[in-house]
Amino acid sequence: MVEGAAPTAKPGINDTATPRPACLQPSSHKPISKRPQAYLRAPHSHSSSRTGNEIRGSRARALPDRALVNCQYSSATFSTGERKRRPHGDRKSCEMGLQLRQTFEAAILTQLHPRSQIDIYVQVLQADGGTYAACVNAATLAVLDAGIPMRDFVCACSAGFVDGTALADLSHVEEAAGGPQLALALLPASGQIALLEMDARLHEDHLEQVLEAAARASRDVHTVLDRVVRQHVQEASVLLGD
Amino acid sequence: MGEEKLIASVAGSVERVNKLICVKALKTRYNGEVGDIVVGRITEVQQKRWKVETNSRLDSVLLLSSMNLPGGELRRRSAEDELAMRGFLQEGDLISAEVQAVFSDGAVSLHTRSLKYGKLGQGVLVQVSPSLVKRQKTHFHDLPCGASVILGNNGFIWVYPTPEHKEDDAGGFIANLEPVSLADREVISRLRNCIVSLATQRMMLYDTSILYCYEASLPHQIKDILKPEIMEEIVMETRQRLLEQEG
Repeated sequence: MVEGAAPTAKPGINDTATPRPACLQPSSHKPISKRPQAYLRAPHSHSSSRTGNEIRGSRARALPDRALVNCQYSSATFSTGERKRRPHGDRKSCEMGLQLRQTFEAAILTQLHPRSQIDIYVQVLQADGGTYAACVNAATLAVLDAGIPMRDFVCACSAGFVDGTALADLSHVEEAAGGPQLALALLPASGQIALLEMDARLHEDHLEQVLEAAARASRDVHTVLDRVVRQHVQEASVLLGD
Repeated sequence: MGEEKLIASVAGSVERVNKLICVKALKTRYNGEVGDIVVGRITEVQQKRWKVETNSRLDSVLLLSSMNLPGGELRRRSAEDELAMRGFLQEGDLISAEVQAVFSDGAVSLHTRSLKYGKLGQGVLVQVSPSLVKRQKTHFHDLPCGASVILGNNGFIWVYPTPEHKEDDAGGFIANLEPVSLADREVISRLRNCIVSLATQRMMLYDTSILYCYEASLPHQIKDILKPEIMEEIVMETRQRLLEQEG
């Protein structure tokens, strides 16, 4: 099992105007501690992820020219307000796994690993909205730590539209309110979108605004992740005496 | 990309040689190169070859024709040899081998065409990251403290008791199953803990560093070496000694 190590990071997601309830102070910085697995603590959701490519993948599914990416999502029973046992193969986990797979197939350079399988396991430890985004960010760190070549960081954020303003990084309360919300996974350097998902109704005039809010928040996440990864690599190289 | 900018695909240290820019990732799977010594574990016995696990992205291959026959004889491998494959190497056996070739997809082909390679007998395996094993002229070392070590380039390190006499006739097939004395076992355990502590502190592993670490750890008990404070102390001392020796 190749496990991703977590560098320390303090994410600061900026969202636009509207005053939001006290629990969602955008400036709340939570330090991430160094653990053997990539552990990301975003202002709302915490998730941990690791990559493993030692499992013997099925020979029948091996692709001759590129790697197979396999993502599994699971949610801890204590992650939401009420303790809820989620069976492993349930619909939400499968769907989330599929979305993660689509995101990472776009980002990982799979041509460099023919006939191999890359497994990414993500587990959400605390869910308070934006779980897809937290999973993507944590998985990016894990893949980077495993040394698997990627096109770019994949940074994600959710965004919604409430009372005429676009809001980034929604909490569970805001998501449950029923407004439109979209999840965006971005490759920051080129500005390419790895995944954009929304299942609600949003007037097309507002789409631009909401997308812009999500993109800006994703770029902020990228700054933090970039700084953290560089710091981690520097510390490790110093130890190696390079 | 519109601008002339180079973006790395992995996070690691940059090495620049004239116009060649290389980014070496901190922690990767083993990438085979011809001539490397590896220690691997047999995972499958197939027709005319064995699949060996060497901490790389794809399983390595050991062809029957690349394996030394007992007695060191050189002849064409027959159907009986194929049927007797499991008698030579089974699933779970450890071997030391050399990389003969690398396939286009990155899989590595091994050979044991020398009497110093072959099945490994009693000893301890330590798994570290491949980037920590220093490339040297020889990877088989007989340490003066009483044990021998094989530093596989793939990050598998094998520590074993030094054999009293060189067994040339066996060709590396017959595993020596005589009981190992307590003194030897202690030396091997101490060495193993030293290697683990060097790897945790991300120090390059080669015979000198392992030996210095062993000597620095002598005042402590074997089981204490793995405690974080003592580990740091021992590795610090090793590092200092290595710097003095080079400077």
